[in-house]
Amino acid sequence: MHVYANPARFLKIARPLTAWLGWIGGALIAGALAFGLTVAPAEALQGESVRILYVHVPAAWLGMAGWAAIAAASLMQIVWRHPLVAIAGRAAAVPGAVFAAICLATGSLWGRPTWGTYWEWDGRMTSMLVLLFLYLGYIALAGAEREKGGEGRLTAIFGLVGAVNLPIIHYSVVWWNTLHQGQSISFVRGTSTIAAPLLWPLLVSALGFSLLFGAIVLMRMRAELARTKVEARLKRMATP
Amino acid sequence: MNPWPFVIGAYAIAVLATAVLTLWSWAAMRGAEAEAEALGGAK
Repeated sequence: MHVYANPARFLKIARPLTAWLGWIGGALIAGALAFGLTVAPAEALQGESVRILYVHVPAAWLGMAGWAAIAAASLMQIVWRHPLVAIAGRAAAVPGAVFAAICLATGSLWGRPTWGTYWEWDGRMTSMLVLLFLYLGYIALAGAEREKGGEGRLTAIFGLVGAVNLPIIHYSVVWWNTLHQGQSISFVRGTSTIAAPLLWPLLVSALGFSLLFGAIVLMRMRAELARTKVEARLKRMATP
Repeated sequence: MNPWPFVIGAYAIAVLATAVLTLWSWAAMRGAEAEAEALGGAK
């Protein structure tokens, strides 16, 4: 783990990995969405609107996974003070926020034909909206701390504290009476209540979006590393 | 209620937002790395 905290070593791996993750992720997403939109069967109760599953569930997964990555990076930053880990946490924030917003928007569009409403202040939807606000707060705080030249410790603490919302989102459908359906897939038990012809395109779509998410995080890390180098170089050049 | 406008709308939002995010991140990375390289500090 500590070996990859060296930026030069990290870039040696990140450069080819960015392209591989991006292209494979993009191809899997294109295939899964085309299949989900045209070939996958409609569901008995929800009909054709079930096809929104193939964009909504990966977005929800990545909205939560993005904050889990921020929390893990924050913990490592506080304990080991690796600047590269702090960059990784910040790089996951914007993609995580975008996927949380996609989750809310597509969920709203799924809710109208299924429940008869775009929005309900129930546990799952409200906690997901809170996650989006947490992302926006984190992005603003990280930007402000970076501008002041800080190490990002306050941002890391915020990233760690915000992780409290993740189990609330996950268990919201269990703890509260909610319009949102319960958990359909359990990776811990290896079970699913979704029929196989609907499940496979979902898993491929989730994998594709996850790989692309990884590529986007690497792109943003590489951009910040390059900007840091430029800033350091300009500072050295300005020093007489 | 016809579900197709909702399905198409959801796909359009997801695909467009993901594409914009990817292209924006890629352009930012290329721009920053090109600037670093120009200053001789890319490696």
